[in-house]
Amino acid sequence: MSQAQETDTTENGVIESVSGPVVTATDLAARMNDVVYVGDEGLMGEVIEIEGKITTIQVYEETSDVAPGEPVESTGEPLSVDLGPGMLDSIYDGVQRPLDVLEEQMGAFLDRGVDAPGIDLEKEWEFEPTVSKGDSVAFGDQVGVVEETVQIDHKVLVPPQYDGGVVAEVHEGEFTVDEPVVVLENGEEIAMRQEWPVREPRPTQEKETPKTPLISGQRILDGMFPIAKGGTAAIPGPFGSGKTVTQHQLAKWADADIVVYVGCGERGNEMTEVIEDFPELEDPVTGNPLMSRTCLIANTSNMPVAARESCVYTGITIAEYYRDMGYDVALMADSTSRWAEAMREISSRLEEMPGEEGYPAYLAARLSEFYERAGKFTNINGTEGSISVIGAVSPPGGDFSEPVTQNTLRIVKTFWALDADLAERRHFPSINWNESYSLYQDQLDPWFRDNVAEDWPEQRQWAVDTLDEESELEEIVQLVGKDALPDDQQLTLEVARYLREAYLQQNAFHDVATFSEPEKTYQMLGAIKAFNDAAFEALEAGVPVDEITEIDAAPRLNRMDTTENYEEFIDELEADIKSQLQEKY
Amino acid sequence: MQKEYKTITEISGPLVFAEVDEPVGYDEMVEIETPNGETRRGQVLESTSTFVAIQVFEGTSGIDKQSSVRFLGETLQMPLTEDLLGRVLSGSGEPIDGGPEIEPDEERPIVGAAINPTAREYPEEFIQTGVSSIDGMNTLVRGQKLPIFSGSGLPHNDLALQIARQATVPEEGEDASEFAVIFGAMGITQEEANEFMDDFERTGALERSIVFMNLADDPAVERTVTPRMALTTAEYLAFEEDYHVLVILTDMTNYCEALREIGAAREEVPGRRGYPGYMYTDLAQLYERAGRIEGRDGSVTQIPILTMPGDDETHPIPDLTGYITEGQVMMDRDLHSQGYEPPVNVLPSLSRLMDDGIGEGLTRGDHADVKDQMFAAYAEGEDLRDLVNIVGREALSERDNRYLDFADRFETEFIDQGFETNRDIDETLDLAWKLLSMFPKTELNRIDEEAIEQYYHEGAETEAEEVTAD
Repeated sequence: MSQAQETDTTENGVIESVSGPVVTATDLAARMNDVVYVGDEGLMGEVIEIEGKITTIQVYEETSDVAPGEPVESTGEPLSVDLGPGMLDSIYDGVQRPLDVLEEQMGAFLDRGVDAPGIDLEKEWEFEPTVSKGDSVAFGDQVGVVEETVQIDHKVLVPPQYDGGVVAEVHEGEFTVDEPVVVLENGEEIAMRQEWPVREPRPTQEKETPKTPLISGQRILDGMFPIAKGGTAAIPGPFGSGKTVTQHQLAKWADADIVVYVGCGERGNEMTEVIEDFPELEDPVTGNPLMSRTCLIANTSNMPVAARESCVYTGITIAEYYRDMGYDVALMADSTSRWAEAMREISSRLEEMPGEEGYPAYLAARLSEFYERAGKFTNINGTEGSISVIGAVSPPGGDFSEPVTQNTLRIVKTFWALDADLAERRHFPSINWNESYSLYQDQLDPWFRDNVAEDWPEQRQWAVDTLDEESELEEIVQLVGKDALPDDQQLTLEVARYLREAYLQQNAFHDVATFSEPEKTYQMLGAIKAFNDAAFEALEAGVPVDEITEIDAAPRLNRMDTTENYEEFIDELEADIKSQLQEKY
Repeated sequence: MQKEYKTITEISGPLVFAEVDEPVGYDEMVEIETPNGETRRGQVLESTSTFVAIQVFEGTSGIDKQSSVRFLGETLQMPLTEDLLGRVLSGSGEPIDGGPEIEPDEERPIVGAAINPTAREYPEEFIQTGVSSIDGMNTLVRGQKLPIFSGSGLPHNDLALQIARQATVPEEGEDASEFAVIFGAMGITQEEANEFMDDFERTGALERSIVFMNLADDPAVERTVTPRMALTTAEYLAFEEDYHVLVILTDMTNYCEALREIGAAREEVPGRRGYPGYMYTDLAQLYERAGRIEGRDGSVTQIPILTMPGDDETHPIPDLTGYITEGQVMMDRDLHSQGYEPPVNVLPSLSRLMDDGIGEGLTRGDHADVKDQMFAAYAEGEDLRDLVNIVGREALSERDNRYLDFADRFETEFIDQGFETNRDIDETLDLAWKLLSMFPKTELNRIDEEAIEQYYHEGAETEAEEVTAD
């Protein structure tokens, strides 16, 4: 049952009890996961348990004032989303109701009992067929194109549940999403809108090993812990450590074709920031507004908890639909912990036997089912598309041993560990380089060698080694002080400091610094390495470490990040560092 | 539907269970009359076709099976009018100041609805609190929810009062909306309440305030209603009457204890440390009622206060709060014992909305850079203090000693301003520059070069060195 469908209800039941978002009904003929309408106001809900005569329903809206005895109607269909042109540049709640339409209908505060289709049923789109009469099409095949936004061509595909066959009629011109644009000889009519149940993955041909990185423009991610297009990543961190800023940065700068941003149980003001910022920001590659490739799903923390549970599914189903068109999609879910908590809340109202920390026993299964919908795929129609999933995790007290973090880490292949200590000293992005990892490194290195620089992996390894050495030396420094270390180790600490401050730190709020393309990332690291090499040469030639670190060119490394013409700046800087050091011996 | 039932089957803690033969709405209001004529109010927590569970606000003592139960057919409403300003109400909204009955212009359910994110306006108007550690380092903006994380025995109330007293929006014209304070007290002691009331009266703030008082000896369950009453009133004043409302809620820890009590009485499966699994959602429904709405002049800004049990930041109450609110102001016991007022530890404090609320045209162009540099320098100085304890100052380099001096002066000059001092933003930033000028210019790697040229105090560096040399 999607938002666009006419209410075609069948069997009626009667409310037996109400407790928060959980309602039970008797005599309701409904299947598991069917969508039902609850009470006199027709609040939307979903069947989550059937036991004897009692059917348990989670309701996606506030249940104040709903009383036993009121009717429950089943639609006989599972929770589905409307798929078609018009999803980009939109903002939805957790069950795909467009929030701007809701605002028109009920003002600034969200009321209940209002339905609105996920895509505009009135709007006409220019349909351009790519098949002709007599062609043969199977399900998943493209039959035409619609220009959805300035950036994205929306490909109209034969819906998966269709048999396919020979094209009998082709219509060209302006149509609403429900008017048939292609008719097959077997009578099947293809319109621009289709539906898909959110809890079921859309079919594909094959899942492949991803070999291309999702470039984020964030040095610590691209340069140290890259994620692949079609990969999965988790960002766990305590509050205030920068999960949301990192997710926003990815949504803004990742080189995906489509971005689906799911704000799951987070702050209202943060979603507003996205809604206000994105239309004004430009895609760094195409120059088009970022919203033209973005679909937002916002179920803030005070919106009904059951809709929070469904919003990640709504998001990933939309992502899969664009993947089927051959696009690279990136989905950000902020935060998956809120989703898990919604499961816990519903589960405890059902009085299910709890697993760890009150979470339901099926937590791990649900998480892995969700992340498994990510990947690089060969679609049914032979095109290739990918879904990268980046999930923020909000562990209570910042303790990574809690069930949601642990179960997520067992599935995802990239781990960006946020660190409260770094955040406290305003080192942003506060991703801890010692704890984080990416299992995609090996399969992505060839791409970086071919497209950025031949020695990309070696240079990265040098940075990792230096930072490792620093953390070991720091332990000694804590005991004896820095001056007690031998000269070469003191110099290593100095180089590591530049790695941290000039390379790993990146100011998300600075116009230039916010996006660092791989070439810049490479050259910045190269400059620090050049300093390192020249400095150690000087040290070997007998220059005291104090004099080396005091050259005035070195602090300019910190300005690489914010300098617009970085190439010129870095070339000059490297030359200055060399000459200033050589003067010393 | 004013049918009376005498069908109470079970009384357990704050809950009463009664049999019914007509359907009763979830969340509906209930009146229970005890045999000696007292009336208690309550709310339906669970409703089935045969029985209901009722949560009684004023406590269940004195209720017996013969008590009569009446369902009022509506959810709990707050009577609303601009005339509430200057009034003192109980935790469940009854006047307790001896004044006239409230004649409401309208009534609204206290549960409140979520603001549609598309209707919100992103908060970016700087509120000057006159407190350097907040204005300079963790700026508050209109429509933000910024809690004070404190501990028992720390002067969080003084800080809250200082903010309520001093908060202004600079450079605002004459036609600006009026400012109002709503104070929601949950389970605080009479003495603490007096401290607030005396200060309100002393400064004349009471006229533009509404006070909701649930004291330590008032029924715990009533505490679950108090903040909702306060916030419903705040929303009315902000979005109907165009006030800029500052809501102070204290102490959220008592509120959460009340939630746990109800959860336990209902025999729910508990989450962490016995608190209900839905506490995140419940708290979000309070905290998210802050913000601005497009096209309306008023705003709701929230400063909830909570005392962290055992000063433990990972305790579920501060933890869940931190995940919902837009930052936190952290009070620090060490700073307090050293006599610094207000003892705000800026390092774990945070204002998430700061970056958009400061800068050219809002505060000053150099604010963001200065803040970053101050944070980095203070954090480094703090780290070095541990080291000094082991190796002594002499073993440290000149650079390190400078950072140590900075950390000391940061606390004595920047943080310790006293509860009565009101510093405007220029004073705060100038003071910051005075401290930062202890470092050579090359150390100020987070500040734009132009700003350094403009604000750097030449000569301060050597002065600091002399201090070190002593």
